[in-house]
Amino acid sequence: MSRAGGSARVQVEGVHKSFDLDGRSTPALLDVSLEIHAGELLCLLGPSGCGKSTLLNIVAGFLPPTRGRVLVGGAPVTGPGPERGVVFQEYVLFPWLTVAQNVEFGPRLMGKPAAGCREITARYLEMVGLTAHASKFPAQLSGGMKQRVAIARALANDPAIVLMDEPFGALDAQTREVMQEELSRIQRVEHKTIVFVTHSIREAVYLADRVVVMTSAPGRIKEIFTIKLPEPRDRFAPEFTQYEREITRLVKEEVMKVHE
Amino acid sequence: MSTVADLVQWGLRGASPRSGRALALRLGAVLAFLALWSLASGLVVLLKLFNPIFLAGPWLVLGKLLQLGLNGELWGHVAATLGRVAVGVTTGALLALALGLLAGQLRPVRNLVEPIVEVLRPIPPLAMLPLFIVWVGIGETSKIAFITYATFFPVFLTTVHAVQRVDPLLLRAARSLGARRGRLFLRVVLPAALPEILTGIRLGVALGFFVIVISEFIGAEQGLGYLINDGRNFFLVPQMLGAAIVLGLLGYAGNALVMLLGRRWLRWERPSAS
Amino acid sequence: MIRALALVAMLIAWAAVSYGNRSLEVVMPVLLPTPGEVATVGVALARDGSLARNLLVSAGRIGAGFAIAAAAALALGLAVALYTPARLAVEPVIELVRPIPPLAFLPMFLVWFGLGETSKVAFIAYTTFFPMFVGIAASLLRVDVMLLRAAASLGATRWDLLHRVVLPAALPGIVVALRLGFGLAIFVIVGAEFIAADAGLGNLIMEGRVFFNPAQIVMGALLLGFLGALVNALLLSFERRAVRGRAPQ
Repeated sequence: MSRAGGSARVQVEGVHKSFDLDGRSTPALLDVSLEIHAGELLCLLGPSGCGKSTLLNIVAGFLPPTRGRVLVGGAPVTGPGPERGVVFQEYVLFPWLTVAQNVEFGPRLMGKPAAGCREITARYLEMVGLTAHASKFPAQLSGGMKQRVAIARALANDPAIVLMDEPFGALDAQTREVMQEELSRIQRVEHKTIVFVTHSIREAVYLADRVVVMTSAPGRIKEIFTIKLPEPRDRFAPEFTQYEREITRLVKEEVMKVHE
Repeated sequence: MSTVADLVQWGLRGASPRSGRALALRLGAVLAFLALWSLASGLVVLLKLFNPIFLAGPWLVLGKLLQLGLNGELWGHVAATLGRVAVGVTTGALLALALGLLAGQLRPVRNLVEPIVEVLRPIPPLAMLPLFIVWVGIGETSKIAFITYATFFPVFLTTVHAVQRVDPLLLRAARSLGARRGRLFLRVVLPAALPEILTGIRLGVALGFFVIVISEFIGAEQGLGYLINDGRNFFLVPQMLGAAIVLGLLGYAGNALVMLLGRRWLRWERPSAS
Repeated sequence: MIRALALVAMLIAWAAVSYGNRSLEVVMPVLLPTPGEVATVGVALARDGSLARNLLVSAGRIGAGFAIAAAAALALGLAVALYTPARLAVEPVIELVRPIPPLAFLPMFLVWFGLGETSKVAFIAYTTFFPMFVGIAASLLRVDVMLLRAAASLGATRWDLLHRVVLPAALPGIVVALRLGFGLAIFVIVGAEFIAADAGLGNLIMEGRVFFNPAQIVMGALLLGFLGALVNALLLSFERRAVRGRAPQ
């Protein structure tokens, strides 16, 4: 698969996924088809267990789909690869590497010369505001700082798309909002194709160009919203609240189904 | 006994005393131990409870050690024991590391090696010592081979375990950054497994000092184990205790050495301490 | 299942090598006993009753020594955990003595307690005490202070805290410590019986060396391995029952 750099289009074509639970095949995703435009930030939103993380893991190449396929920049996904950066909810930093070494991990694997690696690292550390902490180890960082490192690590590898699996899910509410603002700011510079999984409606409306609302398990696409709000977004604008209200109504329908 | 108020405040560890006080307490405890020991051996002499050679006081042990150290006799024994342990443990650990890393990564190797290890492991290594003597003789080779054999198991088992339980999320993260096979192993599996592997090596070193003693009881003219057994034949209690203490110091130093070597690579575990 | 297969595979490999060596004589055949020879020695020893006698002698020494050490380790472990000054006083002394390989003290025990049973039992007790004490104390000290707070806020007294929270919470660790101690007892009894004993499995193995009968050494080693594995499996199943439904600490 060629490395595009920049940003690429993602096509999800008729993806089914089922898991074997106690010997019974249980569907998790039913016929999901979706096109993600190059340079767009797309949020996958749905009640927990709806398969949104499964879909992300399939795009990342961690799980094979039972049926259907995923194309990134026109090439089918067969496994994990550096053109698809991943940011995990659990950060998953390499604990034996410093902040700078974590960010440098990808570029060094690519065989970039040391000077180039340093330059890239410095640039992304500055972008996430961690220049002063470059030589610290992950164990010395707060959750928000760890996730900044993870984002810098993914971006420093110059992937064509970035997959984020509830990246701010483990952070406290205030840190979470700050991180959303940071991501939004970075995206205005980088214009990556980003797939962002979340169960926070507010987060989705704040970040997304489009929000894909999924049904409860087995996951299907229920509806797609295009968020037409000016950047940077204002969480207290009436239009913002309007989107929130509409999406909340849909999501609630799905949550109620689970409890019936 | 700790009160409920203490317990809910500090847990069972209790409030940690200030570092100065803690040091004083520790030192005091050690001194009290030595004082009790002296007192007991002194009482034996004074009250003629039994032949005082059976309970030599700490000063006699220290004196004997000094004497052996000054006349040079001690160093030959230390060198002999240290040499056997160093060569045996190094060989055993290297073998175990190589096989363990392979077995941890490759299923066919694991299926081949694990049955053998699983069968031999429950047998106390000392039970195999006479077999080594029968096979290789009573000289240096059999002692070193035996230590190699004994060291192999803990290092091998911890290495396989460490490699297999590397967090799959770390592997995912590295793969999605473009790491494959060789580099995935060198840059992720190895560093992630290192802390546990070092624990295994420390176990191996301890086991090496553990079994060398018996190995030197049986057919040796040099070594601290020989010194102890020689002391037993002639009721030289200070010599026995002295040699045992030197063995303890060597084991302690061996452990510290591995920790020191490891600290360089393991600084990330407790970065605030550095 | 895999273990059983592995056992069979090992046996076949051993048979192939030893019988192969017998016909090819790569090394002296007596040095590489065949499974048949080992079984013959085993049957002979079982028939004249010496196998059972040696087994019982070793088991008795292990049992007595282990029981004394376990009781002492539990008592001192509890004392150290429940009374902080005791911990501060005992810990350094234990750390001082512990690095000395216990087998280095074996001759001391023979000098002090003579060549009879007492020295072996005392030596096993001494050896197994340290790891058990350290393990028990650590698992008691590890008990989460939040559990104590939760219980105290529900009205637990000091005694309630001890027997309803501390002991159950520490139990998995305590059982592991006891199992390790038992393993160590089987480990060192061999050494003790090499050096000074007229009976016991270690003595049986040493006899094999003195009379140049490797088959008897292998027999004894296998028997010890089997016993160790058996006892370990028993203790493991006990451990599982004791910690049923709990995540490992």
